[in-house]
Amino acid sequence: MDLSQINPVLLVASLMVAATPLLLAAIGELVVEKAGVLNLGVEGMMIVGAITGFAISVETGSPWLGFLASAIGGALLSLLFVLLTQVALANQVASGLALTLFGLGLSALLGQGYVGIKPPGMAELDIPVLSDLPVVGPILFGHDPILYLGIALTAAVWAVLKYTRVGLILRAVGENHDAAHALGYKVVRIRILAILFGGACAGLGGAYISLIRVPQWTEGMTAGVGWIALALVVFASWKPWRVLLGAYLFGGVTVVQLNLQAAGVAIPVEYLAMSPYIITILMLVILSADKSRAPASLGRIFHASH
Amino acid sequence: MTTPLLSLQGLTKAYPGVVANDNVSFDIGEGEVHALLGENGAGKSTLVKMIYGLVKPDSGRMLLRGQPFAPPEPRAARADGIAMVFQHFSLFDALNVAENIALGMEDPPPMGSLASRIREVSETYGLPLDPYRTVGDLSAGERQRVEIIRCLLQDPKLLIMDEPTSVLTPQEVEILFETLKKLRSEGTSILYISHKLEEIRTLCDHATILRLGKNVGECVPAETSARDMAELMVGSALQTPERASRAFGEVALDIIGLSVPSPTEFGTSLRNVHLTVRKGEVLGIGGVAGNGQDELLGVLSGEILTEADAVKMAGQPVGRLGPTARRRLGLLSAPEERLGHAAAPDMSLTENALLTGSVRENLENRGFLKWAEARSFAERIIEAFDVRTPGPENAARSLSGGNLQKFVIGREVLQNPEVLVVNQPTWGVDAAAAAAIRQAILDLASKGAAVVCISQDLDELMEISDSFAALNEGRLSTPRPTAGLTVEEIGLMLGGAHGMEVAHV
Repeated sequence: MDLSQINPVLLVASLMVAATPLLLAAIGELVVEKAGVLNLGVEGMMIVGAITGFAISVETGSPWLGFLASAIGGALLSLLFVLLTQVALANQVASGLALTLFGLGLSALLGQGYVGIKPPGMAELDIPVLSDLPVVGPILFGHDPILYLGIALTAAVWAVLKYTRVGLILRAVGENHDAAHALGYKVVRIRILAILFGGACAGLGGAYISLIRVPQWTEGMTAGVGWIALALVVFASWKPWRVLLGAYLFGGVTVVQLNLQAAGVAIPVEYLAMSPYIITILMLVILSADKSRAPASLGRIFHASH
Repeated sequence: MTTPLLSLQGLTKAYPGVVANDNVSFDIGEGEVHALLGENGAGKSTLVKMIYGLVKPDSGRMLLRGQPFAPPEPRAARADGIAMVFQHFSLFDALNVAENIALGMEDPPPMGSLASRIREVSETYGLPLDPYRTVGDLSAGERQRVEIIRCLLQDPKLLIMDEPTSVLTPQEVEILFETLKKLRSEGTSILYISHKLEEIRTLCDHATILRLGKNVGECVPAETSARDMAELMVGSALQTPERASRAFGEVALDIIGLSVPSPTEFGTSLRNVHLTVRKGEVLGIGGVAGNGQDELLGVLSGEILTEADAVKMAGQPVGRLGPTARRRLGLLSAPEERLGHAAAPDMSLTENALLTGSVRENLENRGFLKWAEARSFAERIIEAFDVRTPGPENAARSLSGGNLQKFVIGREVLQNPEVLVVNQPTWGVDAAAAAAIRQAILDLASKGAAVVCISQDLDELMEISDSFAALNEGRLSTPRPTAGLTVEEIGLMLGGAHGMEVAHV
């Protein structure tokens, strides 16, 4: 066992990378749930985003186009959820589960020709002087742009929900859709936009795994991150900064346990592998002990006739 | 004659199977308080929804100050100076007062200046309100103030109020009326929907009466008796429940010094409650909802267990007995919430009759159900209480609120209880059916049963109860004989106006 080979600076830098897919997917789902919709299809939208992003960036040679395509792919899949739950008024839980199963199958089909290929890389941020600083440089200024997008998105979602009228209306729709309708707000339209945003974010998160984190395509490579994202939103009490905190915690424990495995610590691998899930959930359960609660209309179907 | 503010001409709206409004016409003048009267299902709500742009009329037209007016959505109606206070408050519990008000406005100012405007308006009209409190924590009266202030901030020309006083104490009603009168003196017109006739007589300048979607008459309420208006609403002579004078027997139900914490987080705990009901007596318990009514019903019905001696039935301790055991002894109850508490929504009326009737009506045989008997029991209820339904095989959910209420009350009354506990027995029931239910309760009492009637409708309690007690924050006042009680005394028993004050200006 040799713990000295673990470099703390690299550890922090890589935990941010490990956390980003989770953060992107969870922040999208947070907006969806704030609008009163429970979309359990996050895993499906992530994996579809992962393969569309991978395929497009391999075909075009541009990771930027790949990420754009992954957002579109995730949003397109969520459109299916829109049709089921907002137009046909189907049950949201069942529709979300179906979406995940469908997404997993579809991505396997689309990805058949892409196994074993290496995607084009995305240049990391390189700011003269700043990126070369010791410790701070690799942690704050040495990442790919999408990682910063994830943090920016968290800040933006927080600010929009808290300070803007759009955010207020979105929360109102999630809180009491009948009252929002009575005041003349377009409940269904607002929810559709929220679902599409959630789909695009999940798609981006998936592509981050296949293009940057791993980077390659294998079937089912999102490996449950979508489900963790769903749990994260709940345990983070629907608060954006707590989602960020939870995601980084999860990423951190993941990276640490990988390092411990590599260092040959005498703990069975299975325990190490499950530790990120347990620690994240435990931490967030403690944090969510305050009285904040779910949007009151979450998961309820809205009929405009009432 | 001057142009009326709003003129409705031949408005018709039909839904599948029912014509909600049939060629309704009337005018609302500037600065007039206009009452819209009618039974449940007379089409009042549909009519105001058309004015507010939530529903489009099939035919007919509206004129606002002589100009054609057809709002495609509430936003357009609000832009034209029409504001509405809803019957079921359209508020968002998790948001604060200022956020709720901002949602109802077209161009809300920034939160800081909105908050100061809310303070300003609330002081001018005597409706104190803190803009930063979370709406979920407010009382019913305070929630209504949020709605009213939301409307007032938009400087409305016409304020529509749908049953505004149903949740208020008498003092709160008085303050609301002062506010409305002040608005009228400033030239705002008010369309006031209610079925409380005395209120309309004190407040309104003009009244339009709807029955089954049609305009059946107009009157000046101050010059018309409440009884005449009621008969216009119902379309036939109204029967007032009669009570035979009767002597009270021995004590049937007895609670001594009972304190129970509420089982739910936001409930009200009962504090040192004393209560005695004799055979043949109707005890009315008044109070604004959320002051411990549900808990009191739970304690009496057996849903909340207490120490054995705390609740006694004819001297016998029943505090540790559950609902079924109490039913066997003859203590029956009908809770307020019809769908989900008093009745199982997706089960048929026969099944619902079985659920509470199996013990006393003997509808069970060693665990097997006697379907034929259960069905005939359900049919007896439907027959005796005039429940409008195609038959007992229909789901409870398919009945209208008033009809289901008749079924729920009838089911208990027909089991010949020794003690009957009812919560809001005529809530949402129209005048004729309410009279029938009250009569049934009185008949039961004259046969020697003890009745505890929890209600928010003070007129109802005055009509049927022999003694009256008020429930306020979990404390029950000492019961007093109903005869001779004045509205002011009742108001004081109910705990005053919860910090409201009359408009200053």
